[in-house]
Amino acid sequence: MESPAPTTPLFEARGITKIFGELRANNNVDLTIEQGEIHALLGENGAGKSTLVKIMFGSLQPDGGEMFWLGEPLAVRAPAEAREAGIGMVFQHFSLFDSLTVAENIALSSPPGENISDIAERAEMLATQYGLPLDPTSLVGDLSVGERQRIEIVRCLMQDPQLVVLDEPTSVLTPQEANTLFETLFRLRDEGRSILYISHRLEEVQRICSTATIMRHGKVVDSCDPREETAGSLAAKMVGADIVDVVRPALKGEGAQILEVTGLSSFADHPFATALKDITFNVRAGEVLGIAGIAGNGQGELFARLSGEEPASGGSVKIDGSECIEHGVTERRASNAAFVPEERLGHGAVPVMRLSENMLLTHHGEDGVTGGGGLRTVAGRFVAKAAQAVVSAMDVRKSSHNPPAASLSGGNLQKFIVGRELVRKPKLLIVNQPTWGVDAGAAAHIRQSLIDLAAEGSAIVVISQDLDEIFEIASDVAVMADGHLSPVEPVANMTRERIGLLMAGQNASEVAA
Amino acid sequence: METTAYIILSVCAAATPLLLAALGELVVERSGVLNLGVEGMMIVGAVVAFGTAQVTGNAYLGLLAAVFAGAAFSLLFAFLTLTLATNQVATGLALTILGLGVSGIIGEDFVGQPGVKLTSISIPYLSEIPMVGPLLFAQNPLVYLSWALVAGVAWFLFRSRAGLTLRSVGDNHVSAHVLGIPVIRVRYLAVLFGGGCAGAGGAYLSLVYVSQWTEGMTAGRGWIALALVVFASWRPLRVLAGAYLFGAVTIAQFHAQALGIPIPAQFLTSLPYIATIVVLVLIASNRRLTMVNTPASLGKPFVPDR
Amino acid sequence: MRLELHKRPVASTALSYLAPVIALTLTLVAGAIMFALMGKSPIAALYTYFIEPLLDPWSRDQVFFKATPLAIIAIGLCVCFRSGNWNIGAEGQYLIGGLVGATVPVLFPAFSSPLLLPIMIVMGMIGGGLYAFIPGFLKARFGTNEILTSLMLVYVAQQFVDWMVRGPWRDPQGMGFPGTKQFDDSGILPNLVGTWDTHWGAVFAIIAAVAFWFMLSRTLKGFEIAVLGQSPRAGRFAGFSARQMTIFAFVVSGAMAGLAGISEVSGSVEKLDDKLSLGYGFTAIIVAFLGRLNPIGCIFAALLLALSSIGGESAQIMLGISDRATRVFQGMLLFFVLASDTLIHYRIRLVGRTPAAREGAV
Repeated sequence: MESPAPTTPLFEARGITKIFGELRANNNVDLTIEQGEIHALLGENGAGKSTLVKIMFGSLQPDGGEMFWLGEPLAVRAPAEAREAGIGMVFQHFSLFDSLTVAENIALSSPPGENISDIAERAEMLATQYGLPLDPTSLVGDLSVGERQRIEIVRCLMQDPQLVVLDEPTSVLTPQEANTLFETLFRLRDEGRSILYISHRLEEVQRICSTATIMRHGKVVDSCDPREETAGSLAAKMVGADIVDVVRPALKGEGAQILEVTGLSSFADHPFATALKDITFNVRAGEVLGIAGIAGNGQGELFARLSGEEPASGGSVKIDGSECIEHGVTERRASNAAFVPEERLGHGAVPVMRLSENMLLTHHGEDGVTGGGGLRTVAGRFVAKAAQAVVSAMDVRKSSHNPPAASLSGGNLQKFIVGRELVRKPKLLIVNQPTWGVDAGAAAHIRQSLIDLAAEGSAIVVISQDLDEIFEIASDVAVMADGHLSPVEPVANMTRERIGLLMAGQNASEVAA
Repeated sequence: METTAYIILSVCAAATPLLLAALGELVVERSGVLNLGVEGMMIVGAVVAFGTAQVTGNAYLGLLAAVFAGAAFSLLFAFLTLTLATNQVATGLALTILGLGVSGIIGEDFVGQPGVKLTSISIPYLSEIPMVGPLLFAQNPLVYLSWALVAGVAWFLFRSRAGLTLRSVGDNHVSAHVLGIPVIRVRYLAVLFGGGCAGAGGAYLSLVYVSQWTEGMTAGRGWIALALVVFASWRPLRVLAGAYLFGAVTIAQFHAQALGIPIPAQFLTSLPYIATIVVLVLIASNRRLTMVNTPASLGKPFVPDR
Repeated sequence: MRLELHKRPVASTALSYLAPVIALTLTLVAGAIMFALMGKSPIAALYTYFIEPLLDPWSRDQVFFKATPLAIIAIGLCVCFRSGNWNIGAEGQYLIGGLVGATVPVLFPAFSSPLLLPIMIVMGMIGGGLYAFIPGFLKARFGTNEILTSLMLVYVAQQFVDWMVRGPWRDPQGMGFPGTKQFDDSGILPNLVGTWDTHWGAVFAIIAAVAFWFMLSRTLKGFEIAVLGQSPRAGRFAGFSARQMTIFAFVVSGAMAGLAGISEVSGSVEKLDDKLSLGYGFTAIIVAFLGRLNPIGCIFAALLLALSSIGGESAQIMLGISDRATRVFQGMLLFFVLASDTLIHYRIRLVGRTPAAREGAV
């Protein structure tokens, strides 16, 4: 390709608008990416970054606006056209196929004609060249999240793109893996390619990006050189107001043992699941135990055994001194434990059901909720009132009085689901990814309410991929890797680097404090 | 010797309609769509084949018409489940109910009439090979077609790019959509193929197997074909094995009746259905096998973001 | 040009009531076209199908009579379908219900007692329930596909009943016709009104509709059914067992099918014969969907489908339209019901090929 004058931007979007129902997901968005730069697209969850990127890639069609490639008008009606133009994409929620091999996954976005074994060979070469080792014959479903991301990147590089778009790439990586990724990105930049780096992690953006475009509520609100900003000033631009810091009282882990887990194990119950291996930890009243780890290392499996949704194959779970390993989730709730799963829609809440009905989901075993003797009629008014109490306590914003769960934004629904458990003042609260995909305001609210609950003497387990969150609220930390849990240590003894090594599966004894 | 050959041929005859319909459904399910209307598409194929052959006097035209009729009929299902995102289970049932009704009306005048038979083709020289010849090289064209289809479907699914695309849609339609694969179009084509195959399976019944038209003559074969796909854990060669196994059960039951074995005929007639249940239980018990092979988005409606 | 679906933020309540009406209207239009193609006057045909049976008392009675088993079976199916369990073998459970319910009057023809009828009804329900337990148990225990197993059991039940009425249970004085002896009078479900064919099964249907409506909409069990049907994982999180629900749903719907079966046997035929399988179990699937899986709705849907059956019979006699047209009608109706349901959750838009054509459209 002939190199045009360096002043022509590689990619330009002008006035992009996209409307979903009544929501303007993108409102007159402008974006200019120069050649050979790493450009950050910053914004909270729901700011419209993913929508913009999908439009650039042809997965969505804009309702208005235009795009230019090296100054020429660019129309992308389908991803194949974007790839042809020179835009490569690494998705946040990987667009991979579990039951297909790595080579087949890569072949699916290659132009037709080339046969799969040639593609595999080329992919392997490219992978080695960029330090992203992968085995073309393995099934994607068997791979770790980090390995999956490598496939996405290699798949994208196969097209020799001029512009590589990465959507939240480090959210699934250990700090060390993230460093390796940055090396790869620098190499791509030095080859003259441009990178659009989408993130809400300010520290990373300041480290690797030379320009940042900041979005809020579907609009571009600012663009700047992130290296000349402070994390605070960037955050303020992103959120539009100063973020309220979580107030953390000195948590004293001297209360009674509330949760004692000993030798908890499970079999992998489907082909791509992780088996739990001999998990042991305790949580005292007043403690917040943060369980860090990369997605897919057994966190979901651990949550299901702690909540009693799935049976364990061995070990013991004691809640407030009494053995619960044989108990189901309703009995564990009766022992004053409460649970918040990772998936909001379809696990923590039934999407089509109204908030009051979703209230009933975890409260049906309580006094006053059912009546009518053996008929167990539902006290509808009682439940509706309780649901409204949660709504006002957690400041849940909604469009109508008692809307279906699916109509709430991620942050508001998460506040409802957490609040639903807080109302019963549980002695033990187990939360999986409490603020995943939630806007900063809701996240701060949720974190504060977890801290407050601990301060009142409850024991809390927070399973989280987000190290910032762990450092913000946990009093103690343990790390999950491949179904094992590292020994619990006070958060003060932990550094990011050390947690990173533990996440990567290194033994605790090898990773000295 | 004669008897053995005869038995093998009759197993073939019983297996072929199942094999044709099941191969079609296998492709449909590999694309992530569950079409429970196989029985309906088969019977429409059967009546259209019979009628066309009778009117034109040409059994091949009958077969061709049946393939088109099956495909056209499956288009109804495709429009509802793919374009309108309706529940696939209920829509498939509706297709079966409608097919039984429609075929009844179309076939009203054909009841009791003699049909045009699609005759076997002996391949010169090869069919004269002792023992093997008559079994492999003097078969009905639809039997050859079914064998070719096994190889064709296996090649298509696991060796061709188009087959890879189809499997990717069945594995994860959201990812496929994001990559720009036209999910709905792929599924439409798969459903049409399944309809054509079911139509051919029905044609075999009315042109070869009994070569007459009776209402409800598919007698649950469409459903057995569906079970075969599960039994085969979505693999073409295993569908072949399964279809012949079921053919054998059916033939065993006929022979037991003919030999006057003192078991009530009704029990023997039930045998293929009971065998289906037993096989389904055995397959389902092997969870690893089923879970690895089941297309992950099977039966889930897909509506793209716009 | 193609159709696009746009998800509504909130399901439309108005359309959830309108959808069955839309479906019915579309079916009538399609039916009119079908009759025109068959060379019959659409107006006359539709009149014969849907109006005429309402005009004379005998036909009205027949409509109630036919609607009774349809409604009873469909009400049970509501529980099953709502909970995400696909019992499509109600026809078999209906047959086995009739068979098991007939055991006492067939084996002890001399037993005459006011207890006989209640015993028959209870046994019929147990028979249907146990027969449905098979696919339910196989699904819960092994994960077997319940659609296929429940359907296969229909064929088995048909063969088994056929054997019983031709073999062990055949009335020796029946002149060689398949069928048992006529039941004792005390084993006959009385007619609702003197000379009507409609029997007390109709009352069972109404009681069941109210009871099931109450269970589904007012009790925790109903909530459990809805949650597990909508979102099994959320159901497990709530502490509900999907496996137990599968068995519960199958047994309940099987028992209802059994009730319909024994009601037909004792209220209409008054003996067990080889003509019990009339496809009610399959038509009831249409009834359940047309009734929006609401037990009260099932009553109306059953009446409508019964009306089309009776209308179909008179259309055959008066207009020479094949009675098979009725099944086509019913199949089309289910298609349109399913298609109309899409309107509740989606807006449907017709768009041109080029996305640019949509610019400015909100």
